[in-house]
Amino acid sequence: MAELLEVRDLKIGATAYPPGEPPQDITIVHGVSFTLQKGRVLGLIGESGAGKSTIGLAALAYGRGGVRITGGEVRLDGEDILALGGRGIRDIRGRRVCYVAQSAAAAFNPAHRLGDQVIEAALRHGTLTRSEAWERAKYLFGVLGLPDPDSFGQRYPHQVSGGQLQRAMTAMALCPGPELIVFDEPTTALDVTTQIDVLAAIKRAIDETHTAALYITHDLAVVAQVSDDIMVLRHGNMVEYGPVQQIIEAPQEDYTRQLVSVRQIQKPEAPEQSGALIRIDGVDAAYSGHFKVLHDVNVHVPRGQTLAVVGESGSGKSTLARVITGLLPPSKGAVTFKDKALPPRFADRSKEQLRQIQMLYQMADTAMNPRQTVRDIVGRPLTFYFGLRGQEKTKRVAELLEQIEMGKGFIDRYPAELSGGQKQRVCIARALAAEPEVILCDEPTSALDPLVAAGILKLLMRLQAETQLSYLFITHDIATVRAIADSIAVMYQGRVVRFGPKSQVLSPPFDDYTDLLLKSVPEMRLGWLEEVLTTRRMQSAGH
Amino acid sequence: MTQQEGSPGPRIVDLEAMAAGPLGPPPGIGLAAPAAAGLAARPARTWSRFRHHMPLAALLIQRLALSVLLLLAVSVVIFLGIEALPGDFAQTYLGQSATPQAVANIRQELGLDQPAVSRYFEWLGGVVQGDFGNSWASGSSVANQIGLRLGNTLFLAFWAALISVPLAVSLGMLAVHFRNRWPDRLINVVSLGAISLPEFFVGYILILFFAVQGGWVTFPSTVYAGMSFGQRLEAIVLPCATLVLVVLAHMMRMTRAAILNVMSSPYVETAELKGLDTLRIIARHAAPNAVAPIITVVALNLAYLVVGVVVVEVVFVYPGMGQYMVDAVTVRDLPVVQACGLIFAAVYILLNMSADILAILANPRLRHPR
Amino acid sequence: MRWRAVPLSAWIGMAGMALAVFCAVFAPWIAPFGEREVVGDIWLPMGGDYLLGTDNLGRDLLSRLIYGAQTTIFVALAATVLAFCMGVMLSFTAAVAGGWTDQGLSRVNDLMMSIPTLIFALIVLAVLPQELWILIAVIAVLESTRVFRIGRAVALDITVMEFVEAARLRGERRLWIIFREILPNTLSPLLAEFGLRFAFSVLFLSTLSFLGLGIQPPEADWGGIVKDNKDGIIFGIPAALIPGAAIAGLAICVNLVVDWLLNRTASLKGGRGDG
Repeated sequence: MAELLEVRDLKIGATAYPPGEPPQDITIVHGVSFTLQKGRVLGLIGESGAGKSTIGLAALAYGRGGVRITGGEVRLDGEDILALGGRGIRDIRGRRVCYVAQSAAAAFNPAHRLGDQVIEAALRHGTLTRSEAWERAKYLFGVLGLPDPDSFGQRYPHQVSGGQLQRAMTAMALCPGPELIVFDEPTTALDVTTQIDVLAAIKRAIDETHTAALYITHDLAVVAQVSDDIMVLRHGNMVEYGPVQQIIEAPQEDYTRQLVSVRQIQKPEAPEQSGALIRIDGVDAAYSGHFKVLHDVNVHVPRGQTLAVVGESGSGKSTLARVITGLLPPSKGAVTFKDKALPPRFADRSKEQLRQIQMLYQMADTAMNPRQTVRDIVGRPLTFYFGLRGQEKTKRVAELLEQIEMGKGFIDRYPAELSGGQKQRVCIARALAAEPEVILCDEPTSALDPLVAAGILKLLMRLQAETQLSYLFITHDIATVRAIADSIAVMYQGRVVRFGPKSQVLSPPFDDYTDLLLKSVPEMRLGWLEEVLTTRRMQSAGH
Repeated sequence: MTQQEGSPGPRIVDLEAMAAGPLGPPPGIGLAAPAAAGLAARPARTWSRFRHHMPLAALLIQRLALSVLLLLAVSVVIFLGIEALPGDFAQTYLGQSATPQAVANIRQELGLDQPAVSRYFEWLGGVVQGDFGNSWASGSSVANQIGLRLGNTLFLAFWAALISVPLAVSLGMLAVHFRNRWPDRLINVVSLGAISLPEFFVGYILILFFAVQGGWVTFPSTVYAGMSFGQRLEAIVLPCATLVLVVLAHMMRMTRAAILNVMSSPYVETAELKGLDTLRIIARHAAPNAVAPIITVVALNLAYLVVGVVVVEVVFVYPGMGQYMVDAVTVRDLPVVQACGLIFAAVYILLNMSADILAILANPRLRHPR
Repeated sequence: MRWRAVPLSAWIGMAGMALAVFCAVFAPWIAPFGEREVVGDIWLPMGGDYLLGTDNLGRDLLSRLIYGAQTTIFVALAATVLAFCMGVMLSFTAAVAGGWTDQGLSRVNDLMMSIPTLIFALIVLAVLPQELWILIAVIAVLESTRVFRIGRAVALDITVMEFVEAARLRGERRLWIIFREILPNTLSPLLAEFGLRFAFSVLFLSTLSFLGLGIQPPEADWGGIVKDNKDGIIFGIPAALIPGAAIAGLAICVNLVVDWLLNRTASLKGGRGDG
């Protein structure tokens, strides 16, 4: 079969600007090669920094920011597009190769209607006439499951939802009838229940139009549903490359094996449910007095165990944490800690009460003061709560660093010098320094790569086993829930729809929402998507 | 002074904050909400329904109301604020010949023995009808002089604006097009120098070279009634050039920053990846979104122009409001000072309000609500 | 910090500022003649005994310029420092406290900013006695509104970060949060702003003196010297341009240094190679 895209020994570099030093040239992609036939889908998978987006953009002869293609060939139908001049490249982009960005909200121009933007490329390249393009756009809107396909194009970007925008972006890429589409993490920013709709829509569209595709993502389970072949990338190098069946069911390399098995961690069931450390009774909460975000929430955090609160965006799970910490006083109901009522506002609580409840944040970058060293960050609670200073403090900080599996050598580093996983570990050490009873974890692993996240989860579980810490773990990811929870609360639009021990919550019979949620989580096996689509009714309005 | 007041420099300029203007962030968050809540229930409900159905109109009305309120507050500050400051006016007015009896007489004559609040309302009432009282120095009507001079000042400011705005926008676009290459660097260096120059410096240099040595233009730039349009234009060439040079540098740096901001947006990248040519990208994708920030930049600088006029009028001895006010301040002619201050502030507020409104109109989210 | 990374323009700027400060500090020792000493004929041309010529009363222009540096820089610096203290303290309090404190302070600030600086100064100086400290205070109060706005924006940026929330939840006092968490992260933009405010103060003060409302004779700052000599322009005497050039020069130097500072904080340009 003729090769549509042939990438040979692609090398990509960039200029780094470390603060206070002269600019340095670094290599992002070290000689990657692959081929893609017409009508086939290649999944590019890797963690952040692997170079997958950069490679995807190279298929359009484009480098974002200061990124430059420094070597190798990219042949489209035999022709090296890297050697083309400006005019030639412009001719290819938007006509033969199209791009679907990660954030459709940012990628659409707020000043123009969606329909105009969708047909623009086809019109400018002369592929279709205006009426043909409009017809095609409407057809694509229908195929992609968008509401009111005939009038959808009249809307502005800010008038439709995120999932709809993502599909509109796919329509924009399909409209000129390209030979190849590059999907750059198209569903990463969406909720799990929306993701499955968009994923299905993309797959159907690709199948019907016989377009070849490069599908870039960090989620192996997702890519397994749409690809024919998979290439695993790490630090700009190819780790493994083969048919999707082989990669998923019989991975050769260690790294690939780790990626495949990361979703399979399961926490063994606890022998018995312990008493409640934190009780939340009949809590309502609202922002600015009107906008109610929590309705009659009744849950408790078991002593020495983990309560996982799972829900999508807008479910109110983060708000629950804010109510417990006292940042948002409830308008009704109460929070009890160790059988004593907690003052609703944190400003009214004693130092002891504040000490015993600690928090972990999703973005470790902004959770630490960039101007402080690890010593200061972890040491401050020691000084503030226990009066430790000088040598004593340093000793204790070193102990805590050991506990989080980082050496003493990190004690004088700044946050900017740490990796994502290390930053989160330092935040854990900071929380531990206060010797709390419970740690509220607000999606601490959501922003991390799967392998790094797994490491953090293991650390948290180990700490719980050693010190009898309780956790309230907020997440949107069911796999994480399975890995760490003892009891689970499922939240939807500010209400708890299901609460109980893990085995109970995750076994049928389910309420509608939990059913939807559990079914939407991609599983690491082929054919899962087809199964779900045939058994599940898709909501007509779409998200 | 040449250094821009409201914006420290193109990089720190927060274009969102600029879009908000000195009047504060768009209402809905700030004053308007609690104010609406304080009213009786029925008008509040009607208002929120109105706001829901026609957000654009509601926003415009709010802006207008806010500006009027602001102007009122400014008038209070100007009038009563002066009262609160130390210094006995009657004494200053008389200076050397301040005997207690004379002071008492003057007080009565000038009406200074009345309580401040009632005097404020009297003054305000007069202002609304166009009567600014009488000058202490000359005894004649302030409004008369203002009538003559305001026209002159606006004439000067108008021509300076007309020349500088298109120039600034074009130079800004040029700088972005040649980003980081020599034309951009040159423009950056020259404008950096220009914003550091005091107006009087620029003015005197121009006078020295063009009027005195070159003899092409006359100095001082007097205008009087009965001059033809062409003669007027000729008279204001140098002061206009001074103003243009001063404002151009500021405006150009800010338009450059605004356009650069838009050009680095993700949707411009998307347009590039669709294979569109540069002209189309700039015209259809960047330009519509650059309109709002550029309008804000222009209005900010025009508002500043109003102030720059003062110094320029003094340098060129041009019979405008600026000259009038400075002379009045020197002799402590308070009614004139208050009147001029109010008018300058009003023009400033009016320009800022227009900027806010135009920026609101240019925002597609508000023109096409959900 | 690598010294090689400092561009030429910043060096020039710093050199100019150093020169001005040097003149200001050592004025009595380096000025060839006295500040009010009449040394020769009116408006002698540059060169010879009098490096920059003489002014409208026959005083040596160079000496007047050097003493003028003292006055200009002292007053401008004092006003800027005062404005900064007020502006930063108020804006940080507003940002951290939020709610009605923030609303109230911001509205008052907006109100004061809606009257153009020069106009406001003219109005106020029309009634106040002509004292040096009053002049400094007026300039300081007017500048503090701009500092307030920048300070508030910068502080708010930091305040919404989680490490500030973490400090609050720990139970830290408000002052501790302002000084130990927020302030260190705002130093760079605030330093740049200080530079800009100083340059503005120099220009503003000069303008006020030029209009006759700033420094009163016999003391003179650069603006005042311009005013003294402005009548010479019509006769082709460039004496008024020299102090004007000094003002411009100082402002340019400060702007060059500030430009460099701003470039440093806006680092992380170029590709990040993400994905």
